[in-house]
Amino acid sequence: MSATHDLLEIRDLHATAGGKPVLRGIHLTVKAGEVHAIMGPNASGKSTLAHVLAGRDGFVVTKGEILYKGRDLLAMSPEERAREGLFLAFQYPVEIPGVGNTYFLKNALNAIRKHRGLPELDAVEFLALVREKARIVKIDENLLNRPVNEGFSGGEKKRNEILQMAVLQPTLSVLDETDSGLDIDALRVVADGINGIRGPDRAMIVVTHYQRLLNYVVPDKVHVLAGGRFVKSGGKELALELEQRGYGWLEEKAAAAP
Amino acid sequence: MADTGNKAIEQFTRSDYPYGFVTDVESDTVPKGLNEDVIRVISTKKGEPDWLLQWRLRAYRHWLTMKEPRWANLRYPEIDYQAIRYYSAPKKKEGPKSLDEIDPEIRRTYEKLGIPLAEQGRLSGVAVDAVFDSVSVATTFKEKLAEAGVIFCSFSEAVKSHPDLVKKWLGSVVPYTDNFYATLNSAVFTDGSFCYVPKGVRCPMELSTYFRINAMDTGQFERTLIVAEEGSTVSYLEGCSAPMRDTNQLHAAVVELVALDNATIKYSTVQNWYPGDKDGKGGIFNFVTKRGRCKGINSRITWTQVETGSAITWKYPSCILQGDNSIGEFYSVAVANHWQQADTGTKMIHIGRNTRSTIISKGISAGHGQNTYRGGVTMTKSAHNARNYSQCDSLLLGDQCGAHTFPYLDVQNPTAQIEHEASTSKIGEDQLFYCRQRGLSTEDAVNMIVNGFCKRVFKELPMEFAVESQKLLGVSLEGSVG
Repeated sequence: MSATHDLLEIRDLHATAGGKPVLRGIHLTVKAGEVHAIMGPNASGKSTLAHVLAGRDGFVVTKGEILYKGRDLLAMSPEERAREGLFLAFQYPVEIPGVGNTYFLKNALNAIRKHRGLPELDAVEFLALVREKARIVKIDENLLNRPVNEGFSGGEKKRNEILQMAVLQPTLSVLDETDSGLDIDALRVVADGINGIRGPDRAMIVVTHYQRLLNYVVPDKVHVLAGGRFVKSGGKELALELEQRGYGWLEEKAAAAP
Repeated sequence: MADTGNKAIEQFTRSDYPYGFVTDVESDTVPKGLNEDVIRVISTKKGEPDWLLQWRLRAYRHWLTMKEPRWANLRYPEIDYQAIRYYSAPKKKEGPKSLDEIDPEIRRTYEKLGIPLAEQGRLSGVAVDAVFDSVSVATTFKEKLAEAGVIFCSFSEAVKSHPDLVKKWLGSVVPYTDNFYATLNSAVFTDGSFCYVPKGVRCPMELSTYFRINAMDTGQFERTLIVAEEGSTVSYLEGCSAPMRDTNQLHAAVVELVALDNATIKYSTVQNWYPGDKDGKGGIFNFVTKRGRCKGINSRITWTQVETGSAITWKYPSCILQGDNSIGEFYSVAVANHWQQADTGTKMIHIGRNTRSTIISKGISAGHGQNTYRGGVTMTKSAHNARNYSQCDSLLLGDQCGAHTFPYLDVQNPTAQIEHEASTSKIGEDQLFYCRQRGLSTEDAVNMIVNGFCKRVFKELPMEFAVESQKLLGVSLEGSVG
């Protein structure tokens, strides 16, 4: 796999969420090794884009196409996308009562490994792996044995998402407002976790409302989403500009567009 | 959004019973219908003493005065008790002395069910008193149990070799006048299991019985009696599965447990009878009376059940907490899928001082299934400082099914304490999507979520049974898993 090929290519994507049109013509190319930040005001379509990429029910593509590793992403089921290395860090991680965190993650990893023709990890091998990753994202070991996200604090849930990402080693990670609700220390831990996964064969789409995460996870490209389209794209300095000027000037621009 | 999620669940829960097959064994049956002559035939065929025949006849005469109860939250057509065959036994002159002597056809049936009897016994150290139709065809590990002084045999055998014990305890917990189905059972029961654990003995192995309903239109009337003498301990496993068929089959078993001073009985059931097909056709009607008497001080009875089968389930394993400081526990997982209806729960009757009871009920409804928890907690005047804790949770898969809870409380002692918690939740589209986004298939995701929901109950089961139950839940709720 060359380090510069297009991992993801979104062409003229239109999509509805809950029956309402939200995305109105997204174009985006992500190459392996890149980190793209997608910023934008509330209700601009950031989460919709993340969910469309992951294949969630209720988010319907009405026009356009998405190629992932050269394949038609939209033809793949959510689990197939996951097994092919697409990971969504949820804005609101879901609780699954009674299902152990480690058990869940082991099953997920083995489903992915099986799909790729790799041998499944046994309990001992897996435990060693998950412990190592837990140290990196500073997750307390007792969280590993508790049910998935049940009774976790907001920060613990977000860190758990990063732990899953660290264990599953996805090719394309989509982080949906992973920074929301984190205090500064937790933000650092999460950012370190994300940076630990960066690599020449991997790419990331970091969806965020604020610039502060981007102080730690420095993006290659920044896109501003407003009214269902990218109204401006640029380098990391665009994020700083947004921090100073807000989104208002870009939203006006979006409203003026046909 | 909800629509597509539901559709997935709906498709998914529409799987057929994988254990549907009929074994062709020549049966020795009586004509359909019930009268005193049929009861006499049963009693004669089993070579019973006269006192037992008289007990059966008293039950039958009492039954004629009773009405079928209709208070349960269940809908089913009228049962024609005269259309049922009350006796059917595999043709065999003598009981087999070892597993090798068992009819190969029967053994193949067990194997299809994944219950290789020989392996079960040899590998896991479980003694299996296998009930095929109504007569026990194999009893293993008898010698080892005998060394410990434990009696574990078929009910008919117990009537022959331990008549005094049977006479002393039969009907002492569930009298023959108890209820319509228990009374019918008392009149016509054909076989079952008997277990007696003497004073101070810790039963050296888990006792296990696999029940299987087989002959066409044969009602199944099992009778189980377990007596744990002072300071003894026993764990009993009951597992069931039945072949697929179109006509409804009635099953009305009675289980009686007696725990004397400081004795402990753990009774675990995994029930997987044919639930009917996905259109609600066929399936077992299961009207069971299970009750334990904590007769002695510090005695303890634990019921754990995983109910995934039957078209109709009417079942309330209960405890009479008579001895001071005695403990009653009920842990239950009940699944109602397709058109299954389950009305199940427990009764905890506190009589002794400082008696305690715990009820944990997990109901899962899917398809058009209706799941009802019905529980009664009674604190009598003498139950000083008695305590009960109940927790009833319901999980819904899809939007065509139902969950209902009917807790009854009767407190006559002001020092008694009762706590009741209840919840109802749906398998969320968000949970499913979360799992799938991590690479799990929908089937594995549902399986995992459901098993997580039931974990508290599975923890109470012996290890092999817990594993089996997890698989069974998978099979009951899905097509290809398990």
